[in-house]
Amino acid sequence: MRIGVVTFPGSLDDRDAARAIRLAGADAVALWHGDHDLHGVDALVLPGGFSYGDYLRAGAIASLSPIMTEVIDAANKGMPVLGICNGFQMLTEAHLLDGGLIRNDKGRFICRDQGLRIENNASDWTAGFSANAEIVIPLKNGEGSFMASAETLTALEGEGRIVARYIGGNPNGSLNDIAGVTNARGNVVGLMPHPEHAVEAGFGPDTDTAMASGVDGLVFFTSVITQALIAR
Amino acid sequence: MPTIVVEVMPKAELLDPQGKAVAGALGRLGQTQSALANVTGVRVGKRFEISIDGEADAATLAAVRELADTVLSNSVIEDVVGIHVQNAPSAAVV
Repeated sequence: MRIGVVTFPGSLDDRDAARAIRLAGADAVALWHGDHDLHGVDALVLPGGFSYGDYLRAGAIASLSPIMTEVIDAANKGMPVLGICNGFQMLTEAHLLDGGLIRNDKGRFICRDQGLRIENNASDWTAGFSANAEIVIPLKNGEGSFMASAETLTALEGEGRIVARYIGGNPNGSLNDIAGVTNARGNVVGLMPHPEHAVEAGFGPDTDTAMASGVDGLVFFTSVITQALIAR
Repeated sequence: MPTIVVEVMPKAELLDPQGKAVAGALGRLGQTQSALANVTGVRVGKRFEISIDGEADAATLAAVRELADTVLSNSVIEDVVGIHVQNAPSAAVV
């Protein structure tokens, strides 16, 4: 399986995302924001970072990039797309996901290992988790507070489209402790925390058994590979 | 040469952490400057000044209105609170 990672001006975590994809067992394909070409990939990751310096709104300018025409088209046809952090912001700005992200309620950039509960294990990117799995992956952002109208929130909750919820305290003021959501089809997922930073023992969050041994993030990437094999 | 001004504010019902931080600083100043003591809140928004060639006619204004709603603001978190024409870019207030 070939999974594309789009690099935008100001992307930071594209290389980490590509590494996570390789560790999960797929080929990572580097894609460029200025192209109109997805190079025949089977799935896409929009990585974290600060595209265009968060000017206008986080993810807003990147969501108007040339390649986003192809990304939106592919997503609407069912291609798995994962937006992490800035990538999640882009997906909301591109109207592929509901809601929006604003500054953290305490006005501070937050960087820490964060507990999450995976509440939807039917999406393309979370199918490998057990129901209500509790995981720890890094969270690092300044504009991660998830907002949506009451109507949208009711729909997200009612349709089981909350993919991940913060546990152990709400870090940023997100409504209903929302850390990630999916679309109705379950192929597009946005996450504020960073699974790609918890994929290799020695470099992940601490666990009860050993320092830096947390690899909970890898499951997002293995999930999409398994889903593709099932679909085939 | 006219300038079209578009003003965008965070939605009133959403938290505005930036405004809150500024209000906090003004509150501290208010302890020493009595004129600031009655400030009760601050909200921070954005102002865009769009320079155009020629007339700011109805078609141009309609296009800017569209731009304001789709690009300059995100209706999930912000409202466009004003669009108006002025005849030159803003100079500093003296």
